Order: sequence, then structure tokens, then C-alpha cells
Amino acid sequence: MSGKIAQTLRTLPISGRIGLGLVLFWLAVALAGPSLAPYPVGAFVDRDVFSGASARFWLGSDYLGRDVLSRLLWGSRYTVLLALGAALLAVATGTSLALVAAVRGGWTDEIISRTMDTLISIPSKIFALVLVAAFGSSLSLLLLIAAFTYVPGNFRIARALAMNLVALDFVQVARARGERAFHIALREVLPNMIHPLLADMGLRFVFVVLLLSGLSFLGLGVQPPHADLGSLVRENISGITEGALAIIAPALAIATLTVGANLLIDALKPGAKG
Amino acid sequence: MSEGGEGANGAAIEVRNLVIDVAGPNGARKAIVEDISFAIPPGEVLALIGESGSGKTTIALSMMGYSRFGARISADCIRVGDLRIDRFGEDALRTVRGRRIAYIAQSAAAAFNPSRPIMAQVIEPLLVHRLADRRTAQARAIELFRALALPSPEIIGQRYPHQVSGGQLQRLMAAMALITDPELVILDEPTTALDVTTQVEVLRAFKAAIARSGATAIYVSHDLAVVAQVADRIAVLKNGRMCEEGPAAQVLESPASDYTRSLLAAVRPAARPASQTGREKVLAVSGLHAGYGRVIDGIPAIPVLRDVSFVLRRGATLGIIGESGSGKSTLARVIAGLLPAAAGEILLEGERLPPDMARRSREQLRRVQLVFQNADTALNPAHTVGQILARPLAFFHRMKGAAADTRVAELLDLIQLPREIGARRSTELSGGQKQRINLARALAAEPDVLLCDEVTSALDTVVGAAILDLIDGLRRELGIATVFISHDISTVKAFCDDMLVLYSGNAVEQASRAEFAGDTRHPYTRLLIDSVPEMDRGWLAHRAAVERAALPGAALENPRGEALCRFLPRCPVAVAGTCDTVPVPLRQAGSHAVLCHRTLADLASAGIMGN
Repeated sequence: MSGKIAQTLRTLPISGRIGLGLVLFWLAVALAGPSLAPYPVGAFVDRDVFSGASARFWLGSDYLGRDVLSRLLWGSRYTVLLALGAALLAVATGTSLALVAAVRGGWTDEIISRTMDTLISIPSKIFALVLVAAFGSSLSLLLLIAAFTYVPGNFRIARALAMNLVALDFVQVARARGERAFHIALREVLPNMIHPLLADMGLRFVFVVLLLSGLSFLGLGVQPPHADLGSLVRENISGITEGALAIIAPALAIATLTVGANLLIDALKPGAKG
Repeated sequence: MSEGGEGANGAAIEVRNLVIDVAGPNGARKAIVEDISFAIPPGEVLALIGESGSGKTTIALSMMGYSRFGARISADCIRVGDLRIDRFGEDALRTVRGRRIAYIAQSAAAAFNPSRPIMAQVIEPLLVHRLADRRTAQARAIELFRALALPSPEIIGQRYPHQVSGGQLQRLMAAMALITDPELVILDEPTTALDVTTQVEVLRAFKAAIARSGATAIYVSHDLAVVAQVADRIAVLKNGRMCEEGPAAQVLESPASDYTRSLLAAVRPAARPASQTGREKVLAVSGLHAGYGRVIDGIPAIPVLRDVSFVLRRGATLGIIGESGSGKSTLARVIAGLLPAAAGEILLEGERLPPDMARRSREQLRRVQLVFQNADTALNPAHTVGQILARPLAFFHRMKGAAADTRVAELLDLIQLPREIGARRSTELSGGQKQRINLARALAAEPDVLLCDEVTSALDTVVGAAILDLIDGLRRELGIATVFISHDISTVKAFCDDMLVLYSGNAVEQASRAEFAGDTRHPYTRLLIDSVPEMDRGWLAHRAAVERAALPGAALENPRGEALCRFLPRCPVAVAGTCDTVPVPLRQAGSHAVLCHRTLADLASAGIMGN
């Protein structure tokens, strides 16, 4: 197993290695960040707002005079883990439903597909608003909302992929052998759609980051004094005219994270995961 | 006759030292076609013969200065008439293509734009090159439609490509190519996708039209017998090099290269000895009806198979022959249970098989195995060969781990592939290797009945012949009863103990090999046999004479009644007043059965058949 991973690493093109490096870096930051942060996340430590980089504040201070580096180290945890978790959950749910719909066909397909169409028509922000109002904001609720919002989109793509594959002869061969639907879905169909699904997950991941920062802006997301990377950009938006580090740093963080994730996904060859 | 200044040997087309190369992975250029030289006298047809990958299409396209992306053409000389194609730039080539040099592609169905009427597409070369106005162009097109023996030439141009048959579309594409009176016509496997009976008509139309226009032609094909009918010269290619080139008669009758001899040998397989068959019936099918749509009284709304019955003895082979659309593949799917039969019985060693495979037991499924036609799509690209072969072992025999590995290796030995291939994915294999794996997967189940659905139709002649040999050897060795579905009557005649001829879902004739060798035949079977081109260069002309003599009987209208003979509209020996009013009877003598109004004695006499 470890030999297989090492071999995949060796064959990875340069873009893929950069992507892998970025993803690993942000995972490490998400896990170890809070213990590395020089200041508490909500402490007002600088008299100036939007100050530049200095020995005390490596990435300057934000619009309230808080340390940007500390807030970034704390915030990356929410973005990386929450967004990754939500994207994984959305893709897992959407793809499972898509496989059931494609392999079973007929009424099963009809019911699942129409339900998904209904879900698509619900505005995600309003839906989140209602749920947060009803249950109060919590991380697990945010995770569920973000995942739920992107299930129908992933379902559509996965179903289209699976439908094309189900019509192919090798699936007919498996059916003629008397294989159960479970085997057909997991062993025959799924391995052939992994690559486009990973690309889709990279896309969903970026969307979730945006959704979370949007929710935070409305006061429904991660609750102050904590903030995810998206809301760090939002809250420091007034610093954009000065080119403050407080807005550049979290923006760069989002960019490197999402670009890294997508570079890595693109570098994984189709079928290499089967 | 044009004067190019050079190559004053009077040839219309001259190619000297043609090389086409592509960029390799490390920047070095790799030649895919090398050292090609030939000359074609005006008005003659040169055939380029070879297997897939031999470079025949690549060479033909280079006559238009066209190569696929990344490939580069270089030659001392490519001359078409007075045009030096090798010295032309893109702009100059554009004025020549479709005007002085025309191309007829293999699949007309893919080459026509489905959203425009045929006429607009046929006259496009004239309009694009500003050679005529729309009205004259249309008049010219209709004239060509007539010359190509297309039905209702005045109005066929108004139809869309999906509204005409495959053979007609191929001829319409010839009209598109010939409309500018080109000096050179390139025909790229123009009849390969057609049924044998259609192929004859199209070949004849092509031959006449090319002769009439006086164009020089290059005919690309893998089928020597087809080429024998149309070509004046033949060039045999292998791996991008020329094996031999010469007048057609010389190449066919006294080939100089070993490769040409092996091609000639593969065209007509030698007959196999009869199988060692037991008395017991392994598979018995009776009164099978199947199709699509709602089933009322055992007849589906769109019937595909009508009342098909046959018996397969242990160790025997049954050949099923028919044109595309005759229901042969459907028959295999019905027996395998993929498409449940609407009515009728399938007995496996006397035990009734449920029509729907979902109701069959795992043991019943194991004993009937279907080998799919197209190995490219029948093997999962995400799995290794080892995984593909191990799955039926685990599923049917609960064989796992080392025992399964051993068995996979044995199976690979059985199909004569190296054991290392087990670690590869199917995408890394050649077409012949894929078909062997496809076969091995079916054999892994250790079936009693093997259904082979057109297993060689996607393969080159030589590769296909090797696969047939393998299947024949294995089924004898393992004693598997085999249903062999094919559109190629000569293959079936050589390999099978019994034959069943399907026409439009009806079994029009059933016979043992001995009975089939006799003279008694259903008119449709006779048509099929007579449509297979022979190496004889005069065959096409002879065939035309025979058909013209037989034509007068064929003027009957298409019957609407289900029970009437389905072959009636094409039948040369139909009896007016009987065939179009009375349901067709089944005439039997021994195991020989023919669905026809004519008596067996009538059908045996050659007189009524016109030859």
C-alpha cells in the first residue's frame, strides 16, 4: 500500500507535486495552527488598524487591531476542515444516490431525480437562514447545511456520468453474470467515474468556502470572535483601498488552498485510483 | 491528360518515396509510413490493402496533402494530374480538395450532417468552389443519383440522412464526391460497414460511376475479395511499408510476398471436421417470440424475433446468420435472459429456464455464457485483466486467493496469452488480445453453452481467423456447445454443424451442414451466399447478369399481414396470388426446414433461381 503511494508520488507531474505540497501545508496549518498562534484569536493587540508587517505582527493587524497571523492560523481550521468535510459529504451523498438511480433505473431513478430537482429550487442562503434560526449556529449544522446545498449539483453530474457507463457492454456483462446492483455500482461503474468526480469535488470545495464566508458575513456562519478565511476577507474589505495585508493574506490563503487542491486533483491520472 | 512536366510516364497519379512521421514522446520523429512509391495510369483504380494500422488510410489522405494532427508528410513527389501536392501550402490545398481530389469516407452515417437535407450537402462542393449556381448543381446531382441507381432520384435529395438506408447514404456520399468531376477519388473502406447484400449493390454503383466519370481512384480496403472486383492495381501494405504492388490479377493469382499469401488464406476459412456430438440436447428453444414494447398475447408491440425454434446438441455448434437487423444479437440476448422472451420456451438440459435472468439461479446463469461482440466496451477499463478473469471465478466457483491466481494463469495459457498480461489493464491491449480476454472470461464460468455474438466482426481478417481457430479448438477440447452468431456466411459454413438463417426475426431456413452443402436453399440464403464476393475478378459482372435474369419475380408489394412471408418484397421467386395472400408454410425434410411457399424440390432446382 505505502509502496503504491510512493509510486504514485514519483509519477506525479510537477504541477501535481506543487498541489500536493500546498494541500499538505494547509492541512498541517489547520491541525497545528491554534497552538502556533502568537496571540489569542480575539485579542486587540495593536493600537493601529491595518498596520503593515512588523516583527511583532508578521502579517500586520486587521480593522480592529487584532493580529492577522493569529486569526489566519485559527481561521484556516474552519475553512480547511469544514469545507473539506462538507465537500466530501456532499460528493459522497450525491454520488451514492446517483449510483442507486443509475443502476436501479425506472421508478427509483425518477423519485430520486425529482427530489433532487426540488432541492435545487430551494435558495441555499434562505434555507441556511431558516435552519440557523431554528437550531442556532453550530459547526456541525454549518457542515450539514454546506453539504446539503451541494448534494443536488453533484448528484446531477454523477448521475450523467453513471448513466453513460451503465449503458456500456461491461455493465451488461456483469448483469448477465447475475451480479447484484451493489457490485455493479461500486466495482464496475464507480472506478470509471472517479476522476471527473474528484474534479467536481475540487469545484464544490471552492463553492463551500464561498458559501461559508457568505454565511459568516450574514452573521450565520462561524461566530465571532472566530472567523474562517472567507470571513477574514469580508471583515477586512475596507482595507482593500490601502492594500492592507489583513485582506491580502487571507485572500492568498484561499487562493493557494483552492488552487493547490485543484492542481493535485488534475494531476491524478484517470484510473490511477481504481 | 495533363502534363506535369515531370514524371512523363503518362501516369495520372505519381508518388515517389512518401514518408509520413509523427513526433515521438522524446521529440524524435517516428515514421508511420515509409518508402511508398506508386503510379496509377489515368482512369485506373489502385487498391491499398492492409490490416488496421498498416497506414493505408494515412497514405490515401496524404494524396490530398492531409495528415492527422502532429503527423508530417514528406515525399520526393506527390503528383495528381498536373498538381504537385507535396509543394502546395494550406491555401492552395483548399482550392484542390473536394474539387480535383475527392474523398469518400468509411461511414457515410458519420460523415453526413444529420441536421441538413442531403441535397444541400451533396451540392456543397460545387457551391464552395463557385463552379456552378444552385440550380445547375442540383440538376447535376440528380443526374448522378440516377447514375448511382438510387431510388426516386428527383426527390431523394430532399430527405435527411437518417431517412435513407446505409447503402443509399454511401452512394449519396459518392455523388457528393463525384459532383465536381474530380481527377482523383479516394474511397476509404466504403462498403465495410454494409451488409453483404447491400455491399454488392454499392460496389456495382461505385464501379459504374467511377468508370463513367473517368476519374482515377484509390480504393482503401482490408477485404481482398471486394478489391478483386473493383481494382486494376493492388498495393499490399504492412506496418506502413509496401509488401508488393502490381496489376490486380497478378497480385491475386500469383502473389510475390508471404504476407499477401497469408491474407489470401485468411479470407476463406477452411472447413473444419464435424464436431463430436452427443445425442442429448443441451439447449432447446421452441416458439420463441421477443421484442420491445407492451406484450399482448405473447406478441410484443415491436417484434424482433418471431417463432424461433432450434435444438443444440452437446458439443455441437449452431451458426446463426443474417443481415443487421435480422434479430441475431437479440436471439443471443434472449437466451442469456438479458431481454426476457415474450413467449416460448428455453430448455437447458430439459430444465426450463425462466425468461428473465433475474429469476434464474446462479447455476443456470453460469451454464449459459454470452461473449459480447465488441471487446473494446465489454471489458471494464478500470480493472486489470487479472481482476476481470478472477471475478467470474469468485462469483460462480467461490474461488479466491492463490487458487484463483492459478486458475487465471491457466485461463491465460488456454487463450495463448503470456501470463504477465494479467497485470495490465484492457486499454493497454490490442483488439485481438481484448477479444481473447473477453472469451476467457466466459470460459472461466465453465459454461455448457457458449453464445458468441459476432466475435470477429470488429477484428482484422488475420486476427479474426486466429480467434476463430482458438474458439473452435477450445470448444472441441472442453466439449462446449456453441451458438455462433455471424453475418459472414462463409465463416459459419466452415465452423458450424448446423445453421439457422434469420430474416427479419423469422428462421427462414434451418439445416445441418450436409443438407446445407446441397442445392436446396431458401431464396434468402441463396441471396446471402451469392452476395459474398469471390476472388474471381469477373464475379461482380457475372453476379449482375444473374440478378437481372432473376428480377421479374420481384415486383410484389410489401405485405402488411404478419403471417405472410417477410422476404416477399425482395424475393426473386415469389408466386403472385399465393405468397402475397396465404401465410407461409414451413416445409421440412429430415432436419432441413425452410419457410417458403415453394416446395423443397422447387427450391432445389436451379432453373427457377435464374442461374
